[in-house]
Amino acid sequence: MFAFIIRRAFQAIGVLLAVGIISFAMFRFAGDPVNQIVSLDTPAAEREQVRRSLGLDDPVPVQFARYLSSAVRGEFGVSYQFRQPVSDLLAERMPATLELALCATLFAIGFGVLMGVYSGLKRDSFLAKVFQTVSLIGISLPTFLIGILLIYLFSVILGWLPSYGRGDTVRIGWWTTGFLTTSGLKALIMPSITLGLFQMTLIMRIVRAEMLEVLRTDYIKFARARGLTTRAIHFGHALKNTLVPVITIVGLQFGSVIAFAIITETVFQWPGMGLLFVQAVQNVDIPIMAAYLMLVALIFVVINLAVDILYTVVDPRLRTSIRQPA
Amino acid sequence: MTQPVLSVRDLRVEFVTRRGILKAIDGISFDIGKGEVLGVVGESGAGKSVTGSAVIGLIDPPGRIAGGEILLSGMRIDNLPPEEMRRVRGKRIGMIFQDPLTSLNPLYRVSEQLVETIRTHTNLSASAARKRAIDLLAEVGIPAPERRIDSYPHEFSGGMRQRVVIALALCAEPELIIADEPTTALDVSVQAQIIALLKKLGREHGTAIMLVTHDMGVIAETADRVAVMYAGRIAEIGPVRDVVQNPLHPYAKGLMGAIPSLESDTDRLVQIPGSMPRLSAIPPGCPFNPRCPYVFDRCRVERPEPIQHSEHRVACHLYDQSSVRSEAVA
Amino acid sequence: MADAIQAAPAPQTQPTTWAGRFFDSDVWASFKRSKLTMAAAFLTLLFVAAAVLAGVVTPQDPFDPAQLELMNSRLPPIWSAEGQMPFLLGTDEQGRDILSAIFYGLRISLAVGILGVAFSATLGITLGLVAGYVGGTVDAVIMRIADVQLTFPAILIALLVDGVVKSVLGGQLDEVTTLSVLVFSIGLSFWVQYARTVRGSVMVEKNKDYIAAARLIGLPAPVIMVRHVLPNVLGPVLVIATINLALAIITEATLSFLGTGMPETMPSIGTLIRIGNNYLFSGEWWIVAFPGIALALLVLAINLLGDWLRDALNPKLR
Repeated sequence: MFAFIIRRAFQAIGVLLAVGIISFAMFRFAGDPVNQIVSLDTPAAEREQVRRSLGLDDPVPVQFARYLSSAVRGEFGVSYQFRQPVSDLLAERMPATLELALCATLFAIGFGVLMGVYSGLKRDSFLAKVFQTVSLIGISLPTFLIGILLIYLFSVILGWLPSYGRGDTVRIGWWTTGFLTTSGLKALIMPSITLGLFQMTLIMRIVRAEMLEVLRTDYIKFARARGLTTRAIHFGHALKNTLVPVITIVGLQFGSVIAFAIITETVFQWPGMGLLFVQAVQNVDIPIMAAYLMLVALIFVVINLAVDILYTVVDPRLRTSIRQPA
Repeated sequence: MTQPVLSVRDLRVEFVTRRGILKAIDGISFDIGKGEVLGVVGESGAGKSVTGSAVIGLIDPPGRIAGGEILLSGMRIDNLPPEEMRRVRGKRIGMIFQDPLTSLNPLYRVSEQLVETIRTHTNLSASAARKRAIDLLAEVGIPAPERRIDSYPHEFSGGMRQRVVIALALCAEPELIIADEPTTALDVSVQAQIIALLKKLGREHGTAIMLVTHDMGVIAETADRVAVMYAGRIAEIGPVRDVVQNPLHPYAKGLMGAIPSLESDTDRLVQIPGSMPRLSAIPPGCPFNPRCPYVFDRCRVERPEPIQHSEHRVACHLYDQSSVRSEAVA
Repeated sequence: MADAIQAAPAPQTQPTTWAGRFFDSDVWASFKRSKLTMAAAFLTLLFVAAAVLAGVVTPQDPFDPAQLELMNSRLPPIWSAEGQMPFLLGTDEQGRDILSAIFYGLRISLAVGILGVAFSATLGITLGLVAGYVGGTVDAVIMRIADVQLTFPAILIALLVDGVVKSVLGGQLDEVTTLSVLVFSIGLSFWVQYARTVRGSVMVEKNKDYIAAARLIGLPAPVIMVRHVLPNVLGPVLVIATINLALAIITEATLSFLGTGMPETMPSIGTLIRIGNNYLFSGEWWIVAFPGIALALLVLAINLLGDWLRDALNPKLR
């Protein structure tokens, strides 16, 4: 078990290193780090001096090592547009994105599992067919269209929910949260649905398929033969056995949730990292792009590691097989 | 005669498919008394397992019980509402399935599965239920049950797992146990132990056992009486010794002829030519007629009804007094 | 399942021409059976026709500023009171006819989608063939890159590539360059699936006797690969390509919506939605609604075709 997690951790470091190389290449070669210090009309001689002072004459591996060591300390240079350290910009925006991603994931799991279980148990019912159709449309509609549609319905026509921003936030240390105010919570609703809809349909389809699969197994038949109540069979025995694939999907998809937050945040002008990143791409602000890439990779790797550990909690068979590798 | 624990009367089970109605069970009747072991044999597809599922009320759509009665200690159970039937399952009828590897939920400890079952059917507290669970495991022969009870199913061997499955079936001291091919998936050496255990439990608790298997050896060793099934009907039913040594129905003869025996000096095993018809293509008259060596005209048109013949009941025109050719078999 | 059973008996006579073989195939049979698929195909054809015929059937060339009249700006669709001919679906703030803009926008969206898919398929198939056939370090490097890339969603890759290329090229880009950058970034985002599929197939075929035989008679390795392995993976590649076409179109629309794709002077469907989104609150819903509906229908139709193709080529997966 321990050895397994260590092995996974090494793989994770490998991924991070690979992403680090790409991030460094972007930072160093696609962008010109000198631009972080001086303005565009600085004379060439002065630029050359800055170049030397930044160590850009050193061999590339030395520069890469320097880049990595500062990245580990959370230093990613200075944004071209804002003239501020990238790490400050990202830290300021991170709570907004993480709160949004969390709500979207909870929404996706909650509704996805419920709808999936329902359509697995009552596969021929009218409602199950409605769910199936909705999920097909949910997969086909681009995220930003869903967002626009929701804004049109709930902000423009009904006027119930705000169409942009986080509402009022409360500062707790360096973290700002929208969970503690009514306007903050209201502002979370539409972006969360927009961001979570795709994941929700995915989870629904998987839970449904797994439910149908599990309900055919011998241990469910045996559970029925033991006279257990329908509820115990469906929600105790069947649902738990569908959890492993659901965890996989939620885990693997969390990276996508963060990435799709780019789109959702743009639609709702949500002041998170995604919006910062889109603005960086529009304005070719390479340091922000490079740092964002590293950060997303880090979040992704941590989540994957967490998923691996969660597996062993849910499925005892993995626990022993990991403890005693064959 | 005392009231039988299980009494099946003219049971019929159908499966509705797009291609028509398939008769999986077509009018079978039998009884099992207290402490008695009834063996049910036949080729795969003969309707043995469907019979078991019908008795415990686990025929799923598109299947349905199309007729007949099932009585458990005199109480009719085939038409109970689902919730009442659920209370009968596990409490009054226990069931054991073929494959112990897949019968247990891999994600729950054995203790959780046992306690859950016990508490579903009794008013025991959690700790009392756990104590009973340990006693049950000890009874089915699991060593150091108080330590093993918190293991997961995958931590047991196949034979041990089948013992756990039996313990689960015994949770509420049922009157009847249906064992559907309980030894088929096990090693030969373990098979004998499981059979011995079943026999012992049946004897000690007076439980009636319906033992479904295609293994004549297991039947000969375990059962008091045996029912030979063919294409959804009972071809012959009677005391196990009689049926094995002196089968009457031509199919039973063929089936017994297929068991090697030390006593008889036949040179080669008899083989039944052909194979059992598919449910969609059961011939009219006696379903066995295309393969029967003694077939005559009546077999092709008229369905044979069970006839009492000494201690056996046999569905064959050969034993009908009115049949002209009855003396042809000797 | 029943379909698979019915489709199982092979045709008795073997038609010789390509067309004959196609109309005799299971694929065609399953197409004729599904009304939904036929509707999707019809819709897709309609969109393609609209894109191809854009210059002929539309009243206006929305890419030509000379044809836009500010007088005609923000006109609602023809069925409302202020609607005016020939602007069937209304106009935007520059007096651009929405219907014409959609037709021309479809042209851009489909072009970027198809070129992007073609680029990613070529890249993916080549890398897959090389990885599978050469093996060793080359294989390891290519497949590790694929693994790492697969952990990131395509949209993120596309945005990054887009940003980096723009930074390298520098300055303001003209429309054709922007379009090429889009094709390039979408192509780089979607190659992994092709590479994995092709590599898997190469691994299977590599050890078969006929490859050894082909080698013995002196055929060079690349020829063997292309001639013998490619036909085997054509089905899966076609399915991936169809589904990826929908994804590529969505990606292009998303990039344009985010403001890193096609500029307003040469709008794709995504750009039109981006423009229209600004007028949502002032009541001019048609500027965003019709391009949105067009995009949704196009993607849905292609997805349905992809689903059908997957099932038809792979009856076992059903």
